Amino acid sequence: MDLRDTREEAAFRAELRAWLEDNVPDELHGHRGGAARFDGPEMRAWSRALHDAGYVGLTWPEEYGGGGAPYTHQAIFLEEMARAEAPTHIGVIGLGMAGPTIMAHGTEEQKARYLAPILSAEEIWCQGFSEPGAGSDLAGVRTSSRLDDAHFVVDGQKVWSSFAHLADWCILLTRSDPDSTRHAGLTYLIVDMHAPGVEVRPLTQITGEAEFNEIFFTGVRVPAENLLGEIGGGWQVAMTTLLHERGTLGFALQAALEVQVLKLIALARDRGADQLQRDRIAREWIEMEAVRFTNYRSLSALMKTGLPGPEGSISKLVWSEANQRVTKLALEILGPDAALSEGNAPYGGYWQYQQLRSRGNTIEAGTSEVLRSIVAERVLGLPKSR
Amino acid sequence: MDFTFTPEQDALREQAREFLAANPEPSWAQLAELGWTGVSIAEEDGGAGLTFVEEAVLFEELGRALYRGPYLSTIALTLPALPDDLRAEVASGRTSWTLAFGPLVPDLDTAERVAIVGGDGIFELEGGEREILTTSDESRPLGVVRGGEAGRRLADTTVLIEIEARSQTALALEACGVAQRALEYAIEYASTREQFGKRIGVYQAVSHPLADAYTRLELSRSLALWAAWCVANENPQTWTRPSLAAAAAKSSAAETAVAVCETSIQVLGGIGFTWEHELHRLYKRALGIESFGASGTRLRAEIAAALLNEPEAKVPGSSQVPVSVTEGG
Repeated sequence: MDLRDTREEAAFRAELRAWLEDNVPDELHGHRGGAARFDGPEMRAWSRALHDAGYVGLTWPEEYGGGGAPYTHQAIFLEEMARAEAPTHIGVIGLGMAGPTIMAHGTEEQKARYLAPILSAEEIWCQGFSEPGAGSDLAGVRTSSRLDDAHFVVDGQKVWSSFAHLADWCILLTRSDPDSTRHAGLTYLIVDMHAPGVEVRPLTQITGEAEFNEIFFTGVRVPAENLLGEIGGGWQVAMTTLLHERGTLGFALQAALEVQVLKLIALARDRGADQLQRDRIAREWIEMEAVRFTNYRSLSALMKTGLPGPEGSISKLVWSEANQRVTKLALEILGPDAALSEGNAPYGGYWQYQQLRSRGNTIEAGTSEVLRSIVAERVLGLPKSR
Repeated sequence: MDFTFTPEQDALREQAREFLAANPEPSWAQLAELGWTGVSIAEEDGGAGLTFVEEAVLFEELGRALYRGPYLSTIALTLPALPDDLRAEVASGRTSWTLAFGPLVPDLDTAERVAIVGGDGIFELEGGEREILTTSDESRPLGVVRGGEAGRRLADTTVLIEIEARSQTALALEACGVAQRALEYAIEYASTREQFGKRIGVYQAVSHPLADAYTRLELSRSLALWAAWCVANENPQTWTRPSLAAAAAKSSAAETAVAVCETSIQVLGGIGFTWEHELHRLYKRALGIESFGASGTRLRAEIAAALLNEPEAKVPGSSQVPVSVTEGG
């Protein structure tokens, strides 16, 4: 047990910190979040700069354009990005979900074609999993794919798809066997979002922004070589995607929470906080440190055994609820000014936006109810409820 | 960065769990024979020359086993104040200690010698009367000392900052051990007990509170291990971080242990409410840990002051608890 950086980790951190100080553009510093933030060309330029400096895909194998670095470097990267309040790379779905899934299940041709443009931010990805009738119960997917000669023909509707309005590619879970039910008969495809028959409709959310979308597929022809994994083996491939969605996010979430808690402390210094609010501020700082060291424990187990520790499964659950409390506490400290928004509100409406956005945190990427059931059944070994 | 235990530390935990299962009421001499009383004492003084991280492993297991004896009072509360010759006596098992830091003194019935805080020093108490009080938690008796005289000067009070961090961290680790055992009882029961034709663990009204109990426990354990590492490795000249970590760990783990025990009592239903089942004893230890020394509210007030960087803020760990005996007795 040694919680300090190794000599090599310290050198990497110092170099990264200096690079961020010199390179984060002023207009992107402390960017408030939301996927609408990704629309501007400056975000692509920033993502490209991160890539050119070698900070994107740190843990990906070198043969696919990654850094071949240990997971600790990725953790340090996320910590320092948060500390510098630097915006993330725009390829969130590509880096966190599509890329790892293609590395695990893709053909050599697919890896050669798709991985490098994810890192360089030349191509953006979205995820087509949830449907109006298949949310937490993903096995209810009904979007159909029918093999017609050298093409799959796709018809159906997906929903809650972040970045679809910007995306070049979609990782799409479809039902290829119309007579199948549940986990069998599913097929995982890579779909060109610019193909005829793909229509994206942005969904305006509680914040007033359109961060995610509905996608409609009408007779979309997908080349057969865009199959990922086996026909009918889509469920196993989708589980790889979700494992990465929930697994690699821990450090990013902790880093985001640290930014929020530090901003909350700055707010309390600025506006004053009463004894009860001070107690809650201390609680949130404690919670943030607890998530940090829980991630460290899980990461250390991953480095030593190749498997993340079971305690890592709680990061997203804890972060989402903590972020909701922190942002609401900030509104309470703002007092009557909390009712204002946008430019009329203190700090440009940062906390009003963050508080509303946080309500999505316990729903997206696995609801808190689903995550508690996963902990109960897979970590504690309690009998399955279904 | 490496936040895992070494194979030797894992082996120590295994040894401790087996030994305490077979010997629920071990003597001080037995603990000395196992080397537990000299873990962090230098080899030239007869100890193992290891660190607080190894002691942390033991505190968690001793909490789990509801160990009754002067380990916490000797190793967490008094050891930093002891000169080398007296450390050697602890390592060999010849003596055990407790520290009259607050008005209620732990392990006064089993600790052989008593240290007191007076003026700017910590002294051995000579003479004086001990009265053992009745406590809810029978596994950690508390008492008061009256009269007596300050004998040998053991250390300056500057060592209290380290004693506070060590004791808060040790209590946090004990709390994690208590919570772990309580949670295991609840998981076992929810996995076997049937009602309405199903094992009750399938009902989310039962399983989700247990998932929350696990979540709170792992968060608290992470804080307690962080604090343990800080205590073992930080330079005492820059002691702020261990104090903050220890305050966070104690505040979090004591609350967690109480909550996990309450969830477990609820899951076990009537069985959990009986005197016969061990749960109430775990629960009373959890409550005892929460009330011992600084409360969670007090610790969080200190953390908030440090975070908000107030000029009048006391650094956590610098707070003095009123003592019952002054220098010269």
